[in-house]
Amino acid sequence: MPLTPVITEHWDDPELYTLAGYQRYGGYRALASALKQEPDALIGQVKDSGLRGRGGAGFPTGLKWSFVPQNDGKPHYLVVNADESEPGACKDIPIMLANPHALVEGVIITAYAIRAKEAFIYIRGEVPAAIRRVANAVREATEAGFIGRDVLGSGFDVNVVVHAGAGAYICGEETALLDSLEGFRGQPRLKPPFPAVAGLYAAPTVINNVETICNIPYIIDRGVDWFRQFGTEKSPGFKVFAVSGHVNRPGIYEAPLGITMRELLDYAGGMRNGGEVKFWLPGGSSVPMLTAEHLDVPMTYEEMAAAGTMLGTGTPMIFDTTVSVVKAVTRWLEFYKHESCGKCTPCREGTYWITGTLEKFEHGHGTAAEVDTLVELCGQIMGRSFCALGDAAATPYPAALKYFRDEFVAATTTPADEQFDPVASYVFAEAVAR
Amino acid sequence: MAISDSTREQMAELAARYPRPRSALMPMLHLVQSLEGEVTAEGIAACADAVGVSAAEATAVASFYTMYKRRPVGEHHIGVCINTMCGLLGGDAVYEAVSDRLGVGHNEATPDGKFWLERIECQAACTHAPVMTVDWEYVDDVTPVSAVEVVDRLERGERVLSTRGPAVRGFRATEHTLAYPDDGLAGEGTLVDAKMLAGLAVARERGMSAPGVPAAGQEG
Repeated sequence: MPLTPVITEHWDDPELYTLAGYQRYGGYRALASALKQEPDALIGQVKDSGLRGRGGAGFPTGLKWSFVPQNDGKPHYLVVNADESEPGACKDIPIMLANPHALVEGVIITAYAIRAKEAFIYIRGEVPAAIRRVANAVREATEAGFIGRDVLGSGFDVNVVVHAGAGAYICGEETALLDSLEGFRGQPRLKPPFPAVAGLYAAPTVINNVETICNIPYIIDRGVDWFRQFGTEKSPGFKVFAVSGHVNRPGIYEAPLGITMRELLDYAGGMRNGGEVKFWLPGGSSVPMLTAEHLDVPMTYEEMAAAGTMLGTGTPMIFDTTVSVVKAVTRWLEFYKHESCGKCTPCREGTYWITGTLEKFEHGHGTAAEVDTLVELCGQIMGRSFCALGDAAATPYPAALKYFRDEFVAATTTPADEQFDPVASYVFAEAVAR
Repeated sequence: MAISDSTREQMAELAARYPRPRSALMPMLHLVQSLEGEVTAEGIAACADAVGVSAAEATAVASFYTMYKRRPVGEHHIGVCINTMCGLLGGDAVYEAVSDRLGVGHNEATPDGKFWLERIECQAACTHAPVMTVDWEYVDDVTPVSAVEVVDRLERGERVLSTRGPAVRGFRATEHTLAYPDDGLAGEGTLVDAKMLAGLAVARERGMSAPGVPAAGQEG
């Protein structure tokens, strides 16, 4: 399957981030066309396109928009989730650095479609480079009359606010993000009510991922039929894949959904030093890992689910045989423990216990029986926590154990660093003090 | 440091950005951190006052988010990512080298007030592992030697360019950007690098493109 740059097509133009640069390639043409249509017609097109959320869950975007009650007399809000913090996920930040106007144009069209006059772009605070680029684009779009009162003479008013977070992975969870945006600790809310009914300030709210929103101008400009040329029936469209790990050319590769990891690996120059794939994760640390036997599975929402994992953020991490899976999984759990918001007990206490046990294994302690007890512990967290962070934390270990049981059992007597020389997995050849 | 009247005016300005003032609490905390180099009890009280909540409520927010520091950070914030991808690809060695060079550990400041070191979680740059940040600007693809060199240059007061962003300006300047994102620096530095163009380069080389996309320059 060929690469198909759409969102990334003009990234080699250093002026693309400016309004003039973006307009060289038809930028804001979709907005002009959208404003001449009824909002419901736009929702219909996005529904027909079959676009699914690119933030991890894959929920149909048009359907989400259609849940917002119309003519209810309440203010509506659009919130963009630009809190990209999942280990392995690194595609929204590049999009915002390279093509911020695609996001801004998508925001304006989406706000119009869902009848929102206020939109917020919540960007994680740790990436000022992306924050200032998006803020610059918002100002340019405002000066050009694309944001503000009576946009392009359509009678539609919209205001767009760029909001910087302050370091909390949990704010990528949509209801935690809303609490954070309201000026509270970022802790998830009970659902229902869903944000489409009671979101920001208890008003109807749509929350979409950056990449999802960036698809909108292209769908409106080029049409549903054009969009559906890419991908499959259940997973239409293209995807900004970010390939990281032990490959020769890690980076951004945009391709139709349904491309395989083997094809992406070829585009990325293959494994470094001609090495072998030990394990890989299709989209972030929260999705179950796969191995070399899964390299030919099409990367769609449905095929990844059938293989026992999820497409997630579509940002594959690939590790070669120099890596200790025990160490990799332990590090992810240390992350979840650090990022658990503490609101619910299964997650708060569970991440503590999983991490503690894994750290024992990593250092050559524990017993073979504990290898199984830990699976049970993960099972006690899965489905019992307040939000998906607990589920995510309960995922990596059982998934890894399925393929690498022997390695975990061996770790109870031999530390991970003795099983695998850590230096061998470094990507630089520099001598390191031991 | 006392919170000045002009700071209070800025806080009112931030509050006016949102339908409800409390939404401005986070940018306000970034603002006080940009002024004081940390989030002090005084700073929190001023923010609380500006949005009409108790100091305790504002403290609960400030203490939740890891970017708000309750001790002086100093001139530069140094982050080294130690999550799985960066850590295993060499970030662990980078962290050790920088920690040895600075003589401090995680979330500690050097006694001279120059540096704060932090083991940071995923910075959304796994394609550029191992990643380091200076004042939260990217310094991608580091090695133990190159990371220590960055610290040396900062110590000597030399200009250090982010690999995907402007020249680093100090922790407080970045915090100001987080309160006022349109800081005029969007055009500084090279933000789109070879790794972000990796797929586009392959597509061009192999003559691949998306179906039905008009060629550049035809539309307008």
